[in-house]
Amino acid sequence: MSQTHFEGRAWVLLDKQGRLIEDIDTDQIFHNAHLHITETAQMGGYALGNLEGWKDFPSKAGPGDILVAGRNFGAGSSRQQAVDCFAALGVAAILAPSFGAIYFRNAVNSGFPVLKAPALEERVREGKILSGDILRVDGTKGEAAVPSRGVVFALEPLSRVQTDILRAGNLFLFGKSRPGS
Amino acid sequence: MGQTILEKIIQAHSADAVRPGSVVWMSLDVRSARDFGGPNVVKHYEREYGEARPDPEHTFFTFDLCAPACTLKYADNQQICRDFARKHGLTVFDVDRGIGSHVLIEEGLAGPNTTVVGTDSHMNILGAVGCFGQGMGDVDIAFAFRTGRTWFEVPPTIKVVFKGRPSSAATAKDLALFVLQKLGTRDLANAAVEFEGDAVRDLTLSGRITFCSLVTEMAGIIGFVPEHAPALKDEIKALTGRDFDPFRADKDASYERIIELDASGLPPLIAEPPSPSHVREVRELRGTRIDTAFIGSCTNGRLEDFAAAARLLKGRRIAPDVTLKIVPTTRRVTEELLRTGILQTLFDAGAIVVNAGCGGCADGHTGLTGRGEVQVSTANRNFPGKQGKGSTYLASPAVAAASALAGAVALPEDVR
Ligand code: SF4
Repeated sequence: MSQTHFEGRAWVLLDKQGRLIEDIDTDQIFHNAHLHITETAQMGGYALGNLEGWKDFPSKAGPGDILVAGRNFGAGSSRQQAVDCFAALGVAAILAPSFGAIYFRNAVNSGFPVLKAPALEERVREGKILSGDILRVDGTKGEAAVPSRGVVFALEPLSRVQTDILRAGNLFLFGKSRPGS
Repeated sequence: MGQTILEKIIQAHSADAVRPGSVVWMSLDVRSARDFGGPNVVKHYEREYGEARPDPEHTFFTFDLCAPACTLKYADNQQICRDFARKHGLTVFDVDRGIGSHVLIEEGLAGPNTTVVGTDSHMNILGAVGCFGQGMGDVDIAFAFRTGRTWFEVPPTIKVVFKGRPSSAATAKDLALFVLQKLGTRDLANAAVEFEGDAVRDLTLSGRITFCSLVTEMAGIIGFVPEHAPALKDEIKALTGRDFDPFRADKDASYERIIELDASGLPPLIAEPPSPSHVREVRELRGTRIDTAFIGSCTNGRLEDFAAAARLLKGRRIAPDVTLKIVPTTRRVTEELLRTGILQTLFDAGAIVVNAGCGGCADGHTGLTGRGEVQVSTANRNFPGKQGKGSTYLASPAVAAASALAGAVALPEDVR
């Protein structure tokens, strides 16, 4: 497995009606009451700590898991903790139809894979991606699959900068590898 | 092909060809960090770059989230930033100064056609003065502290044209809530926006700040209001000491979409929890009991906002079981409130007046709502938990003041 190819257990962020939750903002992901925490290792326990129905996520999630979220995931503040808390839990990647702009940058810069999947809403509505399913993701090709259900859907391929930074490990390593940048 | 306002600003800071969708490197006139994010910026910076010195002409700290620090952890974090700043000769706009984005405007550091980044997601408020402000995370900012640059995916620009005149009771806040009502978080997502038309042309600086701050809630990258009254130039010059000469879009600039919105007769609006885009007319919620009113935040904490509240509160007392929190954006606003007597008016009406900063909006020096508490707030977000465990309604300062007097959601016209 690399920074652009994954296989892992899916967690699909649904509400009580079984719909993908949209506009999950950074206060629901990592509440501002914990912003004083600066150690990444301590952040995992607060992931989704303010999202109704998902407050027990840190105790359920395991390394390599893939989070599947609704449109505009990570709206709101610029806090890096909202990305780092998932990295701390070992979550491998997040798939969503779209992300908050700052959130997306933060993830890319810290080398955490986030992938835009416009078809996600429809696949989830059809019941073709459920929590617990094994998801296979190819970020370079721009494709995801749930092999057990025979489902394949397109992802927006990673941009060049995103690929370069992910491959380098993070923005700092990328910057040092190209002094001109 | 012609360029939009944002494309021009980025182009002036980049050697790469700037067009929507391209990823370019751009230079940053101001790189700043606040008291959240800041300690992490320092940590990343020292780990990655050791003793190298950030450029003191362009690198700043602004403390606003918890000012003065009300927890030991915040006190520690601010001191980490202070120590780093002293070591490298950087300026800190400390806990006495106010909300970073506003301080940067007042200091003339975030002027037209400049690029400014900070660890504050409402940095795009700076679109109000024709500046490309962007909030970023602490990895981004640490990199910017060292290199003075960042990568950016040039967003498409959308033009929103207002038709018609809002009612005289509507303010810049109501207009922004109107856009949220019509376009939600979807239509302007990840785009730059140029707003035009009668409804925005005459906005004062403080109105523009209110309006542009809510572009974040619309999921937009930044908003500009290119048309302006001549008085705005003078107002900005008087405040910042800088000439106001923002770029205009080329005639043949290309827009991803042009959206027309009819704002004729727009009444005062209010956003219900749990989202800034759940907008209704204030009239529909009139009488909803409240416990607290909060006037402040980067969205509605300038002199004009408090003056609007004071006009209603003068010679009156707020409802006996209601708390009214007043938090100016900056020390300079507090000074003006003192000089104009507005502070006295607010105090006499029963308000609590707090040090300038983000208090009341985030978990900082003013306190948040408790479970079951109902609040009318002039801030920009009412997501669950953002302003506490209670329910937060977003509205203009006039509606917040009228509601504080009535003890329930009320319109300014209800105040007699
Ligand atoms: S007032 Fe609120 S929204 Fe504005 S900068 Fe401060 S915390 Fe952010």
